[in-house]
Amino acid sequence: MISMAGKTIRRWWALFALPTFAAFVIGFVVPFVMGIYLSFCKFSTVTDSQFIGMANYSAAIKDPEFWHALWYTVAFTIVTVIIINICAFAVAYMLTKKIKGSTIFRSVFFMPNLIGGIILGYIWLLLLNGILAHWSKSITYSGTYGFWGMVALYCWQQIGYMMIIYISGLQALPGDVIEAAAVDGASSRQTLFRVTIPLMMPSITVCTFLTMTNGFKMFDQNLALTNGAPSNTSEMLALNIYRTFYGRAGFEGVGQAKAVVFFIIVAILAIIQNKLTTSKEVEA
Amino acid sequence: MSDKVRHSGLWTLFFTVVSLIWVFPIVLVVINSFKQKAYISRNAFSIPRGAEFVGLDNYRRGVEQTDLFASFWWTVVVTVGSVLLILVCTAMCAWWIVRVNNWAAKTLYALFLFNMIVPFQMVMFTLSKLADMLGLNTPWGLWIIYLGFGAGLAVFMFTGVVKGIPQELEESAMIDGASVPGIFFRIVVPIMRPSIISVAILEAMWIWNDFLLPYLTLDMRKYKTMSIAIQYLKGGYGSVDMGAMMGCLVLAIIPIIIFYLCCQKYIIKGVMAGAVKG
Repeated sequence: MISMAGKTIRRWWALFALPTFAAFVIGFVVPFVMGIYLSFCKFSTVTDSQFIGMANYSAAIKDPEFWHALWYTVAFTIVTVIIINICAFAVAYMLTKKIKGSTIFRSVFFMPNLIGGIILGYIWLLLLNGILAHWSKSITYSGTYGFWGMVALYCWQQIGYMMIIYISGLQALPGDVIEAAAVDGASSRQTLFRVTIPLMMPSITVCTFLTMTNGFKMFDQNLALTNGAPSNTSEMLALNIYRTFYGRAGFEGVGQAKAVVFFIIVAILAIIQNKLTTSKEVEA
Repeated sequence: MSDKVRHSGLWTLFFTVVSLIWVFPIVLVVINSFKQKAYISRNAFSIPRGAEFVGLDNYRRGVEQTDLFASFWWTVVVTVGSVLLILVCTAMCAWWIVRVNNWAAKTLYALFLFNMIVPFQMVMFTLSKLADMLGLNTPWGLWIIYLGFGAGLAVFMFTGVVKGIPQELEESAMIDGASVPGIFFRIVVPIMRPSIISVAILEAMWIWNDFLLPYLTLDMRKYKTMSIAIQYLKGGYGSVDMGAMMGCLVLAIIPIIIFYLCCQKYIIKGVMAGAVKG
């Protein structure tokens, strides 16, 4: 059903929809379609492509560094999703109670989120290398060091952000339900686990989803903090793809194939995660 | 909700300590920005005194090596231009999509949703080549690229808002003879104002800090954003002048802190609004 107003507005498509659509075609649709096509080609620029079928994909799958980067990223994502969400929820839970200075604490915890990934990476390079210098080591000593360094950095960056989302969720909770639980004699721990957390499922969905996809796609922090050192052992997936493109001549096709795989994983994650957690939401 | 908490004084103490730990990395950068560069890697935790203290020397060197003020300017140009363009175009587009609501509008909307789950790596190579070919490798060319690649989130958030605006207002204005652009800018935009601010904050935070997109798209000989300039401090073989780096980091953080102090209320609102997209 289209309304009268809708019919009149429709005629104005050239002013209202076309600018965004045109930019969208240039900035997204064409690069995306070309990207899919080029993943089946051998090329060094986009104009000299030559169709070679699945060869890029089989080269990508045979690349042990790609697999290493994939598992490294998966491990990173799992660890950070758990730490960030538990900490952010706990902090949000306490800071919505009557504690002196809670507004200031919120501001402080959120602040790192505004700083860009490259700058964050170098801030933590200073801090972590400063600490590790006591044992005459550095962040690039091994991939494991880089891993925990990035976990620390990423938690520092994201906890405040997720805390804000949890706080807004907690403030929107219906007070009467929680009071009723207290009247019925539920302890505050029972109220938290049986009432508050189930009611908070929408916020938990959003935060898990955000930390997961952002963690999986992390690039800037990885580039600035370790740059994959030593010998690509601290390389996450996004950096691996970037280096395949720009670090090795003749591997552009493989890089594009990896990028397609990366996209598919991120897309599947987004869909599964959303389906999974939205079904657990509870109506108040 | 039971707001009261036992030992609230102890909790304040606890969070004060955690807050101090939280700001410590930044304080450490500020301290080291006044330290002679050889001492930074030797002892990052010492207070610069005597021979270690170099005054503003790190800042001077950092600014000289990176041309930081020029890159600050380009970051401002890219961010402000892109955000304004995104706001105007996507708000109009979202309104059109919701009100027209035919197959074209629905397809367009589905495409924008799809755009939100595609990681940048998927398009980075083709997008940067295309931008080169079309001559979009300038700061103002980036406005168009950001409008295109960043449209998804903005359109998504704006359509959500427009769906909540009753259509009767616009219809009666139309009967009174108001033009379509007139209706949009006089009636719809004022109602959308809070969400426009939220989207502006979200897009600004993204574009200001973005590294890879401008790095691959911009003509590096002429234009660098701040993140790019700082990354360039790192030499080809991984050697970094940590002194100059500290100076640059502090200078890069100052505008962000000022922005945060001025617009904290809007930033928090923007983040909350953006979270709904899950």
